[in-house]
Amino acid sequence: MASITLEGLKKTYSGDAHAVKGIDLHIEDGEFVVLVGPSGCGKSTLLRMVAGLETITEGTLKIGERVVNTLEPAERDIAMVFQNYALYPHMTVYNNLAYGLKNRGFKKDDIEKRVRVAAQMLEIEAFLDRKPRKLSGGQRQRVAMGRALVRDPAAFLFDEPLSNLDAKLRVQMRVEIKQLQRRLKTTSLYVTHDQLEAMTLGDRLVVLNAGQIEQVGTPMEIYARPATMFVAGFIGSPAMNMLSVDYLTAQGADGPLDNLPEGTDTVGIRPDDMHLAPPHAPHLILDSTLALFEAAGAESHLYVTLADSAQPTVIRVSGQPPVAEGDTLRIYVPRHALHPFNSTTGQRIQD
Amino acid sequence: MVENRPWANGFAHTVLIIGVALVVFPVYIAIVASTQAPDELLRGTLPLLPGSHGIENYTQMWLSGVSSTNSPSAALMLWNSFVMAMAITVGKLFISLLSAFAIVYFRFRFRMFFFWLIFVTLMLPVEVRIIPTYQVVADLSMLNSFAGLSIPLIASATATFLFRQFFMTVPEEMLEAARVDGAGPMTFFKDILLPLSVTNIAALFVIMFIYGWNQYLWPLLITTDPDYTTIVMGIQRMTSEENPQWHLIMAAVVMAALPPVLVILFMQRLFVKGLTETEK
Repeated sequence: MASITLEGLKKTYSGDAHAVKGIDLHIEDGEFVVLVGPSGCGKSTLLRMVAGLETITEGTLKIGERVVNTLEPAERDIAMVFQNYALYPHMTVYNNLAYGLKNRGFKKDDIEKRVRVAAQMLEIEAFLDRKPRKLSGGQRQRVAMGRALVRDPAAFLFDEPLSNLDAKLRVQMRVEIKQLQRRLKTTSLYVTHDQLEAMTLGDRLVVLNAGQIEQVGTPMEIYARPATMFVAGFIGSPAMNMLSVDYLTAQGADGPLDNLPEGTDTVGIRPDDMHLAPPHAPHLILDSTLALFEAAGAESHLYVTLADSAQPTVIRVSGQPPVAEGDTLRIYVPRHALHPFNSTTGQRIQD
Repeated sequence: MVENRPWANGFAHTVLIIGVALVVFPVYIAIVASTQAPDELLRGTLPLLPGSHGIENYTQMWLSGVSSTNSPSAALMLWNSFVMAMAITVGKLFISLLSAFAIVYFRFRFRMFFFWLIFVTLMLPVEVRIIPTYQVVADLSMLNSFAGLSIPLIASATATFLFRQFFMTVPEEMLEAARVDGAGPMTFFKDILLPLSVTNIAALFVIMFIYGWNQYLWPLLITTDPDYTTIVMGIQRMTSEENPQWHLIMAAVVMAALPPVLVILFMQRLFVKGLTETEK
């Protein structure tokens, strides 16, 4: 077990393509950090640099107190879970788990013991003699995890491990990964593009965009106070609505907008902060037409067209309100639910 | 296809039967001819039923050969052919696996150049380069030796190319997982890549063995010592005599045809097994 420290980590491919543009990050011992971002943001590249599968162009990478920039993956004392599992198809599950130990010269009975323990933990004991192709997706996923945890490494690296599973299994495995990590307290770095997975798994989230860190924080910090418009749009589903201050003023909502911090020209509003009934707190009022009604069981998504605006806007309400497509809706937004941004810099204006 | 059209079925079977008959008939004739008495085959009409001299003919061919044509016993010739074919097959597989491994998994200077160099030699069959190769082998004093018979034929662009194509389909994560698991390049090659290639190796083994077994021109060129006569050469020599002893020749032909058949039968299990077990 160890902390992981990234100092000014950069990755440049030939031809001036900057995949990772200087990342500073400290991951505490035992912490579960999730790297999240859209595809192409450099999150996988960053993880692979930590793993030693990509070279580091610039910067320092430390696992524990050791600089590991030029070490082979095997020498870094890390274990990795791959997106497509990368199980060895010609080996039984037992040998898949044992292979890393065998290469490291572990004794036979020690290997046996570790494999049994890991298999028991992941409930794959029954499959130890099978080949990977005889397993279902979820079972393969467990074997891939088992291969990582038999070695008891300093850190686990997960590269979108759940994206090949179906939705139901994904939720189940997500819970299991979380529980397992809690139990083992192994430092973990987890890459995903799924913001829900990121929110639920991570002790801390690192939101990446275009090779740079947009924001680092606990899931709730990031959800409650997104630091940039990118984070605001990326975390939370449906995404945050962005409305310009000019538009809101034109709609006669200037009263509650008076005390927005200096420089604010866009406000973000979470779909859950738009209500169909007036709240007690100071609020602003918007008129709209319901374009599409989406019932999702416990909640409903209302896609509305705001008056005098082409901006698509989503409202999330619990249950199923008695509305029909084409209805005119009056929307109430509490003042405290506004996230002030400056659209030129893309940054949140601190209030 | 699940269809019920009797006449189409009948037609298909007729075509298949004719096809099989065309292939099997010459083999049958060879077997029949190898069991006849010496003078039986010189009468002009070929008997269609087996004769009674089978054991005699095969024993003679196997033990002593046809001394008048400088053909040694079939046992020796088959052994020579077998050694040559095995050396060529194993050598080809070994070299092409390693060179494909190098080309796919290592980044070195002129990597693509070397790949294309190998690829271009695909267009040069043995016959084109046979005279210079002969010169080289002669200079290295490898005439009349198993080394001379096999080494010049060992390099194989085809096999290298096929293995390269196969290695490129092995997901990169497999290599990365192995690296994280502490496997060096050769460990990865031995533990992961070779077992995954079993199907391809088995298929190429068959092809290469038959290629080696059927070599004619090259052995003819570099061996003068009857001790190194291969079975294909030997058969040819026996037929170029003034009075070819067809009953013995046919016995040799049947014996020459057996090893490739055995290799196919044996390897077939491997590649069928490989085909059903490969999944990435």
